[in-house]
Amino acid sequence: MKARVHITLKNGVLDPQGAAIRHALGTLGFDGVENVRQGKVIELDLAEGTTEATVNDMCEKLLANTVIESYSVELA
Amino acid sequence: MKAAVIVFPGSNCDRDLAEGFRLAGFEVSMVWHKDTSLPQGLDIIGIPGGFSFGDYLRCGAIAAQSPICQAVVEYANKGGHLLGFCNGFQILCETGLLPGVLMRNAGLKYVCRQQGLRVETADSPFTNALSKGAEITVPIAHHDGNFSADADLVARLRGEDRVAFSYIDNPNGSAGDIAGILSENRRILGMMPHPERACEAVHGNEDGRAVFKSLTESLALA
Repeated sequence: MKARVHITLKNGVLDPQGAAIRHALGTLGFDGVENVRQGKVIELDLAEGTTEATVNDMCEKLLANTVIESYSVELA
Repeated sequence: MKAAVIVFPGSNCDRDLAEGFRLAGFEVSMVWHKDTSLPQGLDIIGIPGGFSFGDYLRCGAIAAQSPICQAVVEYANKGGHLLGFCNGFQILCETGLLPGVLMRNAGLKYVCRQQGLRVETADSPFTNALSKGAEITVPIAHHDGNFSADADLVARLRGEDRVAFSYIDNPNGSAGDIAGILSENRRILGMMPHPERACEAVHGNEDGRAVFKSLTESLALA
């Protein structure tokens, strides 16, 4: 089984990289990009039967820094 | 007095930090990240700068979960003294021993320069040889030194006199111009600047020695 973990900065946390991407999109002529937030996706290959609770535990302990990041888990 | 310096793959200030301790009279042992126990009778542990584990995932995140860090956290929880410079500060934040997070510099650029700092408190084992309000110059070299903390945390750190150093001309967007902070028990210091790179005449600047001198004096009394 697979799990896909999406990690994004929490609302209110400044994202200078997102701001730089927005600026570059503007330079390329893409108007109307009001905000960009950059995050990351981590794909995990897991033993069958691994629970969502276990993946959440992985996020809490290592994959995300919950001071500034939030995460969501998608099991497939 | 005995100090240990933890070495991770990608640490690059470990020997500089060891030399800073030695110049102040410490006997230093280097401890590999895969070790599970610390040498006996330590007075302080130093977490060096560098790019542990290539800054993969987040700066300091992998190092914070290494076997030796469990021993380091136990040592700290028993009231042990601990310092982390640069990547060491990032690692201490990732272990949860210090609050806040170091994020990408606001200007997005790696910043390497001599940096003016203001001493915000002399009431710590790391700063008691300095005077509150004194200005010193210490090198910085980082890409992810933007200390991020919400207004409540900044107010709490200020209120509890736990800001050790602040930037005179904020180079990285850090909240409240904060360059270095202390733990609640004041025995842990984390800071982005590198005092160990300003310890000898050959460095062109010896302002960093005061941090090690403070330690020698306060740990001798401890």
